[in-house]
Amino acid sequence: MPGAIYAEGLVKTFGDVRAVDGVDLDVPQGTVLGLLGPNGAGKTTVVRCLTTLLTPDSGKLSVAGIDVVKQPNEVRRNIGLSGQFAAVDEYLTGRENLQMVAQLYQMPAKAAKARAGELLDRFHLADAADRPSKTYSGGMRRRLDLAAALVVSPPVMFMDEPTTGLDPRNRQQLWDVIRELVSGGTTLLLTTQYLEEADHLAHDICVIDHGKVIARGTSDQLKAQIGGERVEVVVHERDQIAPAAEVMQALGKGEVKVENHTRRLTVPVTGGAKLLAEVIRDLDARGVEIDDIGLRRPTLDDVFLSLTGHVAELDEGENGNGTEKEAGK
Amino acid sequence: MSAITETTANTAAPRPRGGIGQSVSDSLVIAKRNLIRMTRIPEMVIFGLIQPIMFVVLFSYVFGGSMVINGSTNPQDYREFLMAGIFAQTVTFATAGAGAGIADDMHKGLIDRFRSLPMSRGAVLTGRTLADLVQTALTLVVLAIVALLVGWRTHENIGKVLGAFGLLLLLGYAFSWIGALIGLSVRTPEAATSGGLIWLFPVTFISNAFVPTATMPGWLQPVAEWNPFSATVQACRVLFGNPGVSTSDAWPMQHPVWASLLWSLVILVVFRTLAVRKYRSATA
Repeated sequence: MPGAIYAEGLVKTFGDVRAVDGVDLDVPQGTVLGLLGPNGAGKTTVVRCLTTLLTPDSGKLSVAGIDVVKQPNEVRRNIGLSGQFAAVDEYLTGRENLQMVAQLYQMPAKAAKARAGELLDRFHLADAADRPSKTYSGGMRRRLDLAAALVVSPPVMFMDEPTTGLDPRNRQQLWDVIRELVSGGTTLLLTTQYLEEADHLAHDICVIDHGKVIARGTSDQLKAQIGGERVEVVVHERDQIAPAAEVMQALGKGEVKVENHTRRLTVPVTGGAKLLAEVIRDLDARGVEIDDIGLRRPTLDDVFLSLTGHVAELDEGENGNGTEKEAGK
Repeated sequence: MSAITETTANTAAPRPRGGIGQSVSDSLVIAKRNLIRMTRIPEMVIFGLIQPIMFVVLFSYVFGGSMVINGSTNPQDYREFLMAGIFAQTVTFATAGAGAGIADDMHKGLIDRFRSLPMSRGAVLTGRTLADLVQTALTLVVLAIVALLVGWRTHENIGKVLGAFGLLLLLGYAFSWIGALIGLSVRTPEAATSGGLIWLFPVTFISNAFVPTATMPGWLQPVAEWNPFSATVQACRVLFGNPGVSTSDAWPMQHPVWASLLWSLVILVVFRTLAVRKYRSATA
């Protein structure tokens, strides 16, 4: 029995660009899958295919057990989509936006009105309910967009980079909402560029690059694959690199990497903050002057470094995204 | 942010009724949305009014004295001749608004949202074009008042006059589907605005709207006479009882009301089909 979100051999090309090149996904009901990758990796295209916005070139797709290609309208009744940019009408008030979406989900006008009021309260938008959403802050707009996606409490939700561009407080709030949804049994596919976000929310993570799945597993499994924390030091003078490297070699759990031109040294470690204190003490004892020191946790760049041997090419990715969009016309 | 899931049983949306009933109700929801928008951006409506009023004033007073209508150089005759042309131009220029609006919806991701909803496929475009029709009707009312102020008069019964306005609205509605198709086909709202306008200049000027076609070079006359836009202008002049009705033998000029109806319906059917098909695969 396939999961609530299921894809097998999903392929979508735009002209010469294979935006999605044979992706398999299987998300059990009531769980969260984090789809991770740089811009242009194909995340959005996967979401657009699953939400009936794009017709795939090939592959078997089902959502809530319904064939996406054969019964798109049935699928639409069962999904909520919260896009990359908050898709609300900026000249309509929050209330008008939600009422409109509810009515388009085929709720009768009266029920739509009641549901809009409910959602506005729950997403802390009641005070701004009757102001055009143009006047909302970024966080408020994102909440309104999410509320619109939840108008019918769909069993399956898709969120495409829901927290991109949000400040930390708003991000936290959104994470709380997502956790609550999932505890209520919603199945969620979430795309993100932030490993941290997937770490907090997702049961399983799937990393894609150039339209292909390059790794999958739980957050811990991926981290183990990537390697854990590392200490990064920037020394004040070039001639201090050598003594600093000796200290770090002694305390670290692997090879010390040195970038001479930035005077930056990095070494994998275990032991977190306590070890950081030791590094500082020993460097101080050797008379090494430090410009910067920190404990780094694995980032998406590290995932890519470890999985593909190159860092995520965000710039190239953005261009890739551009062509993907244009070619999609 | 508590209790979001309190009443949620994770149920699918109600099953769509499907069919015409759903198309109509979905279209009305979208039309309402667009009408609300218009009240929130009154400057758009106002600019939409200023342009045709400017045309009325400029053409009447700048060209009025030099135009010969039915052998008469009386500026009053040109003003009466001109109004059908300005009315028709106004309803067709409104199509650029439909295109820009739809391109803007695509750009902002709203079309994605609509396309992910279990709503009728044509409703987003139908709702938009219906809202534009309401705006066009209001513009025509204001414009007719201005026209009366500068001396335009009708000389036929009220039924015919209203019939002329009906033909104008039908032409505007049909053209707004061309605008919709342009809006879905370009990448930015800016491109939709300019792309939505440029083709309207030859369409409205290579016609009988501002000068009698008899003054044009011989090879251009048939183009102007068979122009769908000219049929409506001619029909309006006939139904208003205004001077300058073309006496050309071309069929649309001899049967302007039928020609206007036919042209508008053909444009409506063809471009509605194309636009709805484009909408189904639209991507921002």
